[in-house]
Amino acid sequence: MNLSNNVYPDSKGHFGIYGGRYVAETLMPALLELESAYQRCAPTSEFQDEFRHLLTHYAGRPTPVFHAQRLSAHLNGAQIYLKREDLTHTGAHKINNTVGQTLLAKWMGKKKVIAETGAGQHGVATATTAALFGMECKIFMGIEDISRQAPNVKRMGLLGAEVVPVSSGTGTLKDAMNEALRYWVSAVRDTFYVIGSVAGPHPYPMMVRDFQKVIGEEAKTQIHRETGKLPDLLVACVGGGSNAMGLFYPFLNDPVEILGVEAAGCGISTGKHAATLCAGSIGVLHGSKSYVLQDENGQIHEAHSISAGLDYPGVGPEHSLLKDLKRVQYTAIDDRQALEAFSTLCRLEGIIPALESSHAVAAAMIEAKKRPQADIILVNLSGRGDKDLGIVSSQGL
Amino acid sequence: MNRIQTKFESLKRNNEKALVGFVTAGDPNVDVSLQIIYAMCENGIDILELGVPFSDPTADGPVIQRSSARALKNKVSLKTVIEMIPKIRKKTDIPVVIFSYFNPILSYGIDRFHLDAVSAGADGALVVDLPPEESDELTFDWPRADFHLIRLLAPTTPKDRMSQIASSASGFLYLVSKTGVTGSDGLDTSEINTQMDVLRSVTALPVCVGFGISTADHVADVASMADGVVIGSAFERLIEENIDQSDLPKMVGKRTAEYKAATKK
Repeated sequence: MNLSNNVYPDSKGHFGIYGGRYVAETLMPALLELESAYQRCAPTSEFQDEFRHLLTHYAGRPTPVFHAQRLSAHLNGAQIYLKREDLTHTGAHKINNTVGQTLLAKWMGKKKVIAETGAGQHGVATATTAALFGMECKIFMGIEDISRQAPNVKRMGLLGAEVVPVSSGTGTLKDAMNEALRYWVSAVRDTFYVIGSVAGPHPYPMMVRDFQKVIGEEAKTQIHRETGKLPDLLVACVGGGSNAMGLFYPFLNDPVEILGVEAAGCGISTGKHAATLCAGSIGVLHGSKSYVLQDENGQIHEAHSISAGLDYPGVGPEHSLLKDLKRVQYTAIDDRQALEAFSTLCRLEGIIPALESSHAVAAAMIEAKKRPQADIILVNLSGRGDKDLGIVSSQGL
Repeated sequence: MNRIQTKFESLKRNNEKALVGFVTAGDPNVDVSLQIIYAMCENGIDILELGVPFSDPTADGPVIQRSSARALKNKVSLKTVIEMIPKIRKKTDIPVVIFSYFNPILSYGIDRFHLDAVSAGADGALVVDLPPEESDELTFDWPRADFHLIRLLAPTTPKDRMSQIASSASGFLYLVSKTGVTGSDGLDTSEINTQMDVLRSVTALPVCVGFGISTADHVADVASMADGVVIGSAFERLIEENIDQSDLPKMVGKRTAEYKAATKK
């Protein structure tokens, strides 16, 4: 089955039964305009040249692939390689997408951008590229996340963005996205909404994937150059799922196993988790159909994870399709396992990973122990952990 | 059989415009909510929009968000809302439109929703986040005559899209008067006038206008241009401000009568 090369989504933005555009009519013309601008601009060599130039000279690409030898030896199993997205400008893969979307906003003549953020990495990345292009920037962030990711709030302020606190719901990513959508309905005529994940209405899941697939494209070449073969297994964490789609997409047609890692929070059986694909059901949230965490009446559940970036009760529609097709396996790692992996990577490799990425590291550690030493596991280390120091300190690390 | 069409025909004969009233079903609780609805009916509401509470109402402002949250606290679901309709039907024969986000309907079951809503006595549904691009999924099995999907048009909708939407619409059309969420302040009548002119040139369906309408003067202004006037947040604000008052239904009834008077010219 051909899953790469833009087979999905179809012309209406559907990934099989998932995706689509479930939004108020006020936003529909803006989504249609965005889709046509993207189709018109993105394929041109002028746009691609400017995008690639910025990724290289501003975002710091390509990011290296690093053989985590001490970690691999410690596990006494497969070899773990890390795709170092934590080394990009702003410290996470989010910058790839915001460079792309803000550039598109510039091509469309928009001077104002808005974004939602959970961990603050997408907010920082949007504030960064907005500053670069001289655009006005508002970031919607839940009050719970504002308190647990304080360094990123400060960074956004320094970059000239206004951080709008969102107190509805649990004050996390879902609520921030609700509020960003509400604001966008009122400001849609002159404002570009930079969505941070492969979620939201069409064309966002496709567009964000396309801007993030540079991760997988680079990694494929790099790992082949270093080891002479493709990896046996890819591992990435999945909240909305953008770093995972970015790594997975260029490998979908290759003979490579793929594992997406959700946040099990306090444990799936406790109900306090964010494992949408592992424990959710089909629904519509934030403009697209996908797996969601919901009750029997279609009310969306609040998610829980120690990692603000994974603390989301929805997931990108393409992941739902890949799950149903069994092309990608999805598993979940709880708060405690993620903290252990965080600590292990710090001590053994001198790398402080984001708590989001620590979920991927934890799952890779489990897999490595089950596999022969000749196997190669490629982990997307999607971000660095500086923003999480407050949380890990409060957990006794 | 078709209550919506019958209603607009009779209003026209009497030289009146429709007063469309929205309330979140089950706020502050099912019993009081029913008393409020009865009072609205007794005081001249022409069409009832019965709001299904949703956890993530992205098209709604703070007033309806809070009313939705209060109803959810009382475990009000789409099932509860559908079960309220036969009770309302005993008191009135005005059209009842179920106003919902798509996820509660999807979760209820699309086939079952249509069957149960029709047999409860509802006349249509308005699904805020279901544009025509996605709505076949809901309506593919609906016989047009007895249950309508009320289509929305926005200030951002261009003329060719208005015409496309109108061509697949039935019942009436809902024109959103301004960009923004429900309960936003300010009414731009000249903007509505322009939108109405365009809309009249592409459809013969009745058009009701909503968003930003809160006073009887607003109602009179909009009634001079459109076939109906939708009031939502203004009712919800009144309910919220007087939530513990025993004569709350009477107060809503009185306000309904003031609005209704402004639709008669």
